[in-house]
Amino acid sequence: MFDLSDPILLEKIKTGDYKAFEALVTRYESKVYRLAIRMLRNQQDAEDALQETFLQVHRGLSGFEGRSAFSTWLFRLATNVCLMKIRHRGTEPSKLLPLEDYLPRHEEGEVPQMVDWTIRPEEALLSKESREKMMEALEKIPPEYRAVFILRDMEGFSNAETGESLGISVAAVKSRLHRARLALRGLLSDYFEMEEGTKRLGSGMED
Amino acid sequence: MEKDEKSSQVFACKGERCKEMLEKLSEYIDGELDPKLCEDLEKHMADCNPCLIFVNTLKKTISLFKYASAEPLPKEVHLRLHDYLKKKCQGC
Repeated sequence: MFDLSDPILLEKIKTGDYKAFEALVTRYESKVYRLAIRMLRNQQDAEDALQETFLQVHRGLSGFEGRSAFSTWLFRLATNVCLMKIRHRGTEPSKLLPLEDYLPRHEEGEVPQMVDWTIRPEEALLSKESREKMMEALEKIPPEYRAVFILRDMEGFSNAETGESLGISVAAVKSRLHRARLALRGLLSDYFEMEEGTKRLGSGMED
Repeated sequence: MEKDEKSSQVFACKGERCKEMLEKLSEYIDGELDPKLCEDLEKHMADCNPCLIFVNTLKKTISLFKYASAEPLPKEVHLRLHDYLKKKCQGC
């Protein structure tokens, strides 16, 4: 059963084969859970979203005509379930991500400065604390942008697949992706620069 | 002292031209930028260290996020999901 392709499993499910449905769930449950954790950053909410998504899959399968890949349809359902949960929380960040906020700052009478934190060792950039900061940063950007970034840059979907999964055009995918990337770069830079400043201050005090 | 300043890698950004360039960066990183614009951008970056740093940190941000969280599905979440679906879906 586990070797069968998605379309064959779907055919079997439509004839009432529950084992085929379990095989399909097993194939995709980790990916859906990972998407939900990244979107919601809360294990209980991610588990609820996982259950809700596959329940919707089972209920909606008779209407799935196979015009797009099953995985695209599945991620569309999963993303919508996550977005609904975020809306219900009522604490989402504002929907706009003005590009200017994430470009180098030009303060009056002052030239903005850039710190090249990429020269730091990978272990430092991917420390437990850094990873935690990255997830915090992801939570700070509007969910519609977050979803694009997760699907496109973290899950490796193409622009077209991301657009299809979210029900938006490729142009909208590109625009949201660019803003999400700039915002995340800005937030991560703030963190790494602050960390570097603290370190310098620390070494200065030792002197 | 001089060495310290150099190792901290702090540069200043020059202005409007940079903003124009920065708007195209995702297309550049994804290899979707028109070759002529690509050439312009690379030429600009050769002269503008802040823009070069901006591109490097943007690329690094994207690659870091790929590894930032790869939480595996906990066994008990898997079991609860299959139990839940069995109750809700089997026989309907």
